[in-house]
Amino acid sequence: MCGIVGLLVKTPALRERLGELMVPMLIGMTERGPDSAGLAVFTDPLPDNVRKISVYSGLTEDGADFNWLGLSHDLKSHLGTTVGVEAKGNHAILTTSLDPEVIKRWIKERHPKLHLLSTGRSIDLYKDIGTPAEVAARYNFAKLKGSHLVGHTRMATESAVTPDRAHPFTAGQDFCLVHNGSLSNPNGIRRMLEPRGISFETDNDTEAACRFLEWRLREGDDLEVALQKGFEELDGFYTFLMGTPDKLALIRDPFACKPAVVAETADYVAIASEFRSLAHLPDIKNAHVFEPAPEEMYVWKI
Amino acid sequence: MENLTFDLAQTSLRELNQFLHNDAKKGEVDKVTVLNPDGAHNIAVGLDCPVTVEVHGHAGYYAGGMNKTARVVIHGSAGTGVGENMMSGVVHVKGFASNGAGASAHGGLLVIDGDAGLRCGISLKGGDIVVGGSVGSFSAFMAQAGRMVICGDAGDALGDSLYEAVLYVRGNIKSMGADTQIEPMSDADYAAVADLLRQAGIEHNPKEFKRVASKRELYYWNADANQEY
Repeated sequence: MCGIVGLLVKTPALRERLGELMVPMLIGMTERGPDSAGLAVFTDPLPDNVRKISVYSGLTEDGADFNWLGLSHDLKSHLGTTVGVEAKGNHAILTTSLDPEVIKRWIKERHPKLHLLSTGRSIDLYKDIGTPAEVAARYNFAKLKGSHLVGHTRMATESAVTPDRAHPFTAGQDFCLVHNGSLSNPNGIRRMLEPRGISFETDNDTEAACRFLEWRLREGDDLEVALQKGFEELDGFYTFLMGTPDKLALIRDPFACKPAVVAETADYVAIASEFRSLAHLPDIKNAHVFEPAPEEMYVWKI
Repeated sequence: MENLTFDLAQTSLRELNQFLHNDAKKGEVDKVTVLNPDGAHNIAVGLDCPVTVEVHGHAGYYAGGMNKTARVVIHGSAGTGVGENMMSGVVHVKGFASNGAGASAHGGLLVIDGDAGLRCGISLKGGDIVVGGSVGSFSAFMAQAGRMVICGDAGDALGDSLYEAVLYVRGNIKSMGADTQIEPMSDADYAAVADLLRQAGIEHNPKEFKRVASKRELYYWNADANQEY
């Protein structure tokens, strides 16, 4: 089991309340996923030449006491440019106008235990072990603002309970995926992608799906074409929810083994594994509630 | 007779179900109204007395499961396994139902006004199911006894490995399951469809339905079939 949640607000005023509306959605999926939780939120994009990198220090010896200020000084003295560091506990968002690959390579060399969560102009990513309520409080999810987000509560079946194996997974820039289910051919996908220079950070089955789809997008497929190739190549049980800077996308395997329900109003589109995560949303009694069909693509644009 | 209301925003689900399992049997209350179900699982499961339960909102998994003699009406949608394993009585979903609706039901009537998800009536053992909309793939898989009336379309592999349950379909069938066939409707079939539609409160002309039943070829081992059915 696992729980997935997604929320896209259509009314700009609701962007201020995105996190507040989402926290009960995430906590509502605690029974489906009590061991880890996470989310990716998409904000207004940074300028063309600026990137942000979400970084997790929970795997370092210092954990939540990691010296982010020191990291900021070191980055400045080694790379000769100021890198913005917005840190809270074991999480920081670095902002840079350098090529983000330069920063990431530097971090991997100097601080191999720092975990790089996401890169992009829009995406901020948080994930950790703990109950959804604990993780939401740890990172103050209720205060998050943005146009849309993708969240997950995990009950691990295919790989160990560790922060880096929690969802969402990312690949490339401004793309993330959460998964409820289990893939039966993740190793085949890895063997196909690795010779193409795509490297993996964990043994998690979802990471294979995430890197496969991001590879298709990078090769020039639009989201719909990439998802169609996903239907052809990815075998197993899945409800996938994906985020890009301007879209939320949902697909379910042909057997619809894993649940999903959608509620749509003039103000928002909300997606969850079960209705109990949607029941608190404003005007839910008048929402159009439906179950997405198997092997169909659902794409919502901001 | 009394009408009792349980607001699940104020009262626990356990309190509701314990009332339905114990006090309701005394027969002093004939209707229980449930407010703010908010997708909770196991609403009104295992009932064993002729009480009516009206649920106003969306129900979670297994609503009205294992029902005996009670009437459970859901004014909203139902999650996975609504009316699963029911023995008698009525479960009526006014909205849509998710996967596995009426799974393994031994008796009683399940009515779904909207669409039903995948595997509706899987392993049906004698219950009746009327779906006002369409059913998803693998519906009536290995259904042994009972009847299904599908007013809309059916998905892939309808009635795969069907035993003696009979399916009546008004719309299109995307694909037939192994060992199923369309058969001519008899007068008894028209009467059965008319009766089930009347019980469900859904109006259609029984003449528009076709009958799907087992070819009964899988009943016997065929060494020449090469596992191709």
